[in-house]
Amino acid sequence: MATRAFAATTIPGFAIVAGIAFFALYAPILTLVAYSFNDSNAISQWGGFSLRWYEAAWANTAVQEATLRSLTIACSASAIATVCATMAALGTTRRGAFRGQTFIYVMINQPLMVPEIVTAVALLIVFASVKVATGYNGLMYLIIAHAAFCIPFAYLPIRARLEGMDLSLETAAADLYANPWQTFRHVTLPLMGPGIIAGAMLAFVISLDDVVITEFVKSAGQDTLPTYMLGQLRRAITPEVNAISSALLALTVLLLTAFFLLTRKRD
Amino acid sequence: MPSPQDRARVRNGWLLSAPALVLLAMAAAGPLLVVLVYSFLEAGQYGGVEWAFSTDAWFGILFSKDIFTDETMLADAHLAIFWRSVKLSLLTTLITFAVGFPTAWFIATRAPRARAMWLFLITIPFWTNLLIRTFAINEVIRNEGILNSLLLWAGVISAPIQIIYTDTAVLIGMAYVYLPLMVLPLFAAIDRFDMKLLEAAYDLYASRLQVLRRVILPIVKPGIVAGSILVFVPSLGAYVTPRVLGGGKNMMIGNFIELQFGQGRNWPLGAALSMLLLVIVMVALLAYVRAANKGAGHGH
Repeated sequence: MATRAFAATTIPGFAIVAGIAFFALYAPILTLVAYSFNDSNAISQWGGFSLRWYEAAWANTAVQEATLRSLTIACSASAIATVCATMAALGTTRRGAFRGQTFIYVMINQPLMVPEIVTAVALLIVFASVKVATGYNGLMYLIIAHAAFCIPFAYLPIRARLEGMDLSLETAAADLYANPWQTFRHVTLPLMGPGIIAGAMLAFVISLDDVVITEFVKSAGQDTLPTYMLGQLRRAITPEVNAISSALLALTVLLLTAFFLLTRKRD
Repeated sequence: MPSPQDRARVRNGWLLSAPALVLLAMAAAGPLLVVLVYSFLEAGQYGGVEWAFSTDAWFGILFSKDIFTDETMLADAHLAIFWRSVKLSLLTTLITFAVGFPTAWFIATRAPRARAMWLFLITIPFWTNLLIRTFAINEVIRNEGILNSLLLWAGVISAPIQIIYTDTAVLIGMAYVYLPLMVLPLFAAIDRFDMKLLEAAYDLYASRLQVLRRVILPIVKPGIVAGSILVFVPSLGAYVTPRVLGGGKNMMIGNFIELQFGQGRNWPLGAALSMLLLVIVMVALLAYVRAANKGAGHGH
């Protein structure tokens, strides 16, 4: 067969399956977005283009409160997680392995391994007792829970950035009589910058998207946007939920694009 | 004897990691130990626990006692839920592999720029909120959804097909939401694959099937194992997808655990089930680590 050499990497049918896969991945999401612009009460009937569901969602006080709560939690949790992860990354890279380092790795990556439902149940049990004991029912429980499971997502890009960094710049700074703090402040930290921002953004997205742990940890009246949406399911899904979903989707895509641009720069 | 610098280095490592470790011990690892303790307590009458040692919860995973005759028997309802969870998770893994392998191969064999674009297209759904993706599938398969509307309009069917609130719906949903988790590691493995081996195999008169079975699959095996674990583990612990698409009836382990903390009012049983799920997941992950190490050993 003459075509063999040129088609060595092509396997018959694979491109078709890939095409179907991409169609299947995007068709439902795009349908959801399209129907969020639908000017009709019936969800499966097209009644022309309209922004009415976005306006309805925007005017809904429950949605407003949930949005504000989601943003508060995601900002606080990703900030805490990023600071912790940056410190841990500095402590566990570039200096050779030490005793107990594996333990630190396992602890940090633990939220990636344990099923979310198990962590959710564990936090429900612990926080239920703490809530009774202290009488405090505020947002701190959610912020702490989110910060904890965001740590690995912030840690991994920061560590990757640190491992790719050249130690000689810091040695040079030290040779030029910079003290350790000056070296860190003016050399290490700026070089780590993109990794830290990337880590913070991943942590933010992960916190913003969380459903299961939030659902179990939240006190009454502490709905975040995802748990509000899940709660709406008990009634019929309204196009309003489509509008909220589409807005969240747009935010995710925006952050992801920024994340890719940030992490690509270093190559 | 470790030198003073060595000791300072170790101390710094621990000190710098301390805030992260404290947070994780408080809100991730520590609470797991509490769950373990709870699984050995007695259930409180209105939820919660009585502080008395008991193995009822672990016993109750598989067996139940008849209220009237005090006879012990297998808890069929529990077994049905476990079987559904394992069956759906395995099927999800198979489907995502069958679709994901050709997709990953397609992406890995594009020119560099196109490859980055296709890869980004896989990554977007990967990072998109799981709830939103589940809603999207819900829109497609429910009785008044796009699929049924299209089929009705085309005259293929005369009444909507009941997909939503069945095991099939849960399966479709899980395969949909976890497909990127299969494609990404497969892509990483295929990307490292030396395409010259294909030409070599074809030059030696291997057929396409032989090339696939004897050359490609053995070399990308670590990626296959990684993808399967990454899909199987969250499928087994799935909560949102079965809740949204399966309705109340088609529970998986995750929903069954939640039930124990809600209407079921059996916290110890919920705790024991959580521990069981955790053990299964850990065994799967250990198997993965061993397979990955082996794969790395053979690869060179």
